[in-house]
Amino acid sequence: MSEAIARASETWDIIIAGGGNAALCAAIEAAERGAKVLILEGAPKPYRGGNSRHTRNFRCMHHGDLGPLVETYDEAEFFDDLIRVTKGETDEALARMCIRSSEDCLPWMQAHGVRFQPSLAGTLSLDRTNAFFLGGGKALVNAYYLTAQDLGVKVLYEAQVRHVGIEGARATHLEVEVDGVTRHFHARAFVLASGGFQGDIDWLARAWGESARNFLIRGTPYNRGVVLKDMLDQGARSVGDPTQCHAVAIDGRAPKYDGGIVTRLDCVPFSVVVNRNAERFYDEGEDVWPKRYAIWGRLVAAQPGQVAYSIIDARSIDLFMPSVYPPIAAGSIAELAAKLELPAERLRTTIAAFNAACRPGDFHPQRLDGLATGGLEPPKTNWARPIEEPPFYAYSLRPGVTFTYLGLKVDDRARVAGPDGPYENLWSAGEMMAGSILGQGYLAGFGMTIGTVFGRIAGQEAAAHVA
Amino acid sequence: MSLDVTLQTDPGAISSDPVAEARRQVEICNACRYCEGFCAVFPAITRQKVFADGDITQLANLCHNCRGCYYACQYTAPHAFDLNLPAALGAARAESWERFAWPGGLAALFQRRGTALAAALVLACALMFLAVAALPGGGEGFYAYLGHGAMVLIFLPAFLLPLAALGIGLRRYWSETGGGAVTLADIGAAARSAATLGNLGGGQGQGCNFEAEERFSDERRMAHHAVMWGFLLCFASTVSGTILHYAFASPAPYGFFSAPKLLGVPGGVLLTLGCAGMLVLKGKADPALGTPGRASGEWAFVWLLGGVGLSGLLLYGLRESVLTGPLLALHLGSVLTLFLLTPYSKMAHGFYRFAALLREAQAGRR
Repeated sequence: MSEAIARASETWDIIIAGGGNAALCAAIEAAERGAKVLILEGAPKPYRGGNSRHTRNFRCMHHGDLGPLVETYDEAEFFDDLIRVTKGETDEALARMCIRSSEDCLPWMQAHGVRFQPSLAGTLSLDRTNAFFLGGGKALVNAYYLTAQDLGVKVLYEAQVRHVGIEGARATHLEVEVDGVTRHFHARAFVLASGGFQGDIDWLARAWGESARNFLIRGTPYNRGVVLKDMLDQGARSVGDPTQCHAVAIDGRAPKYDGGIVTRLDCVPFSVVVNRNAERFYDEGEDVWPKRYAIWGRLVAAQPGQVAYSIIDARSIDLFMPSVYPPIAAGSIAELAAKLELPAERLRTTIAAFNAACRPGDFHPQRLDGLATGGLEPPKTNWARPIEEPPFYAYSLRPGVTFTYLGLKVDDRARVAGPDGPYENLWSAGEMMAGSILGQGYLAGFGMTIGTVFGRIAGQEAAAHVA
Repeated sequence: MSLDVTLQTDPGAISSDPVAEARRQVEICNACRYCEGFCAVFPAITRQKVFADGDITQLANLCHNCRGCYYACQYTAPHAFDLNLPAALGAARAESWERFAWPGGLAALFQRRGTALAAALVLACALMFLAVAALPGGGEGFYAYLGHGAMVLIFLPAFLLPLAALGIGLRRYWSETGGGAVTLADIGAAARSAATLGNLGGGQGQGCNFEAEERFSDERRMAHHAVMWGFLLCFASTVSGTILHYAFASPAPYGFFSAPKLLGVPGGVLLTLGCAGMLVLKGKADPALGTPGRASGEWAFVWLLGGVGLSGLLLYGLRESVLTGPLLALHLGSVLTLFLLTPYSKMAHGFYRFAALLREAQAGRR
């Protein structure tokens, strides 16, 4: 491939490994400061942008209305939200810096081609905290590629970075595979923004155990953690636990990779969820779904076969956002059990026990209605209404991994920490270092905030280094 | 609280039937909703959870083929879901016009085959040459070549009969999409949208993604404005001439500072330039995102429409010359073709699109 040969023979100021949001923010910032920048995107052009392609919003601090955001979302509230989901597993200084920087990001994004839209139908609760991209993440990625290319940034697709050449505290080159040939690419500074390792199922299985082979990957198959592993092998300092990731319960029929947002399933709070043995295992009505969907990935991952079934009756079918997969329907619980290949008698007993534990009261789908079961273990604490009116419907659930949290440790200037202090010319941004801030749990839209803030810093710092 | 989930499709089951395939793609869009801000199609999708055939017909006719959703879509090929909503809705749209057209079969012929449209044009021009040669003139200007009475005899039915046929198609559309009684507010909302081409604005007035891939551009909107307003000005020019003729006993020819010319000349210029612009943009656009199988008819239609504008301008510019007779035959032949094929060519889209905007105004208010 002649383009690869030409690009490999040039000397670059900055080479960026990765082609998603963080990489693009870094490229744009660096190019605007006069640096000669090359982006190495591992995916082919239609799949460029990593997981950013599947995103829909970013979480942003603001005081008063800002772009599509209404009212105020200040640092204290933002940080509280983060502490609640991570249970304190965060680097407070980095987290606060990221939160504070997010306010400047929104106008910067607009100035570089990103367009916003009001909160999507069904997500009104987010219109104060999350700014939605018009057209979603791929539109954002497209806008950034156009902006970057207009600034003279060059992009090489299907270029897989295999190794970061490091001498002492300096990175010297990248070994990059293009079209089956490995070439050396030289630059004076490097930004590593090539994501987590969730696309490498073997690595997931090493971290999680064999059950991870049943996980679905919601995003790009191209984030296989090759650069991350290479850096860790060379002694770069890591943050995060390899078993931690952003995982949600999604429709079990979703494709293995890249199912994205449409595989989401919102029926759990109005349902009874059973595992492969037709037994319940968790309070389906613990809280409203936007606050619970992120824990259900782990709950389902802990069940035999990493699968579960959410069962509703005819009264609840119209209560949630449509799933892209049609429900499995049956006229009776026995017929449903047969279709789901669940033990029929056991399912009948579980549903009967649940129905018997339901108590009279008013059912309110839009709020915590306190309609709880009595004397049932585990209880269902809201929306506990008997499953009794045919047709009965079921959706299968599987864990869907968005991104893993094991990452490179960086400082507040996005510089990668090596075995003996920070590397001189290596920066990292995006999901590759997000574990510094997200030790566990997830806050909707925060991945894009981290990517934007640290991507911009990495680009600025790398450009200053080569200036 | 019940929902007919049997209407739902397996997202992986790609169909060759235009309505079934559009339904599959629309269901994926409804589960995603990232494109809500682009145009009226997406908010309309979110009002429903399942989609009957009539719902798909309405969504298909609401789509203006701006292509913003395609370039923003995370599920386009090579993804297994293989979304191409502009093409899927285009296919369902063209298929609906062919289904509604009366008499059946004509729309399928002229939408699919530009050669059929060209043949109709040649035939119409030949007829007009024959008419100019055989029928007596009577009056000044072009009436010297073909008298007023003969023109009315040819063009009154050529104008009214296609309108009646179109009326039948539109009634079928309205019934299939479940439209109700039309109010002034509906008409106002639809007219505003049609007059501004709001649905080609890309959601934030930055234009559409027709000819420059993921870059936004207002060129198609501008070209379409020129075509639409140019056509309406030309039409107004003809109407004003008719009024002058009958109400004020003032037959053609008219001087430049008269209503027919002040409306018609700018109209003809806009129509000609607009069509030229549309042809250039169409040449740059990715055909895979257009309506499958109808490109030939669409190209031919834009050439015909532009030809009407250009021949009208030439007729005026070369008046009282040796070319007046042949140009008159060419112009009248192209106008005759345009009128007669209105229910069966891309010309029908204006009427169906307006019906869809009316229907959307009703649904949006509910």
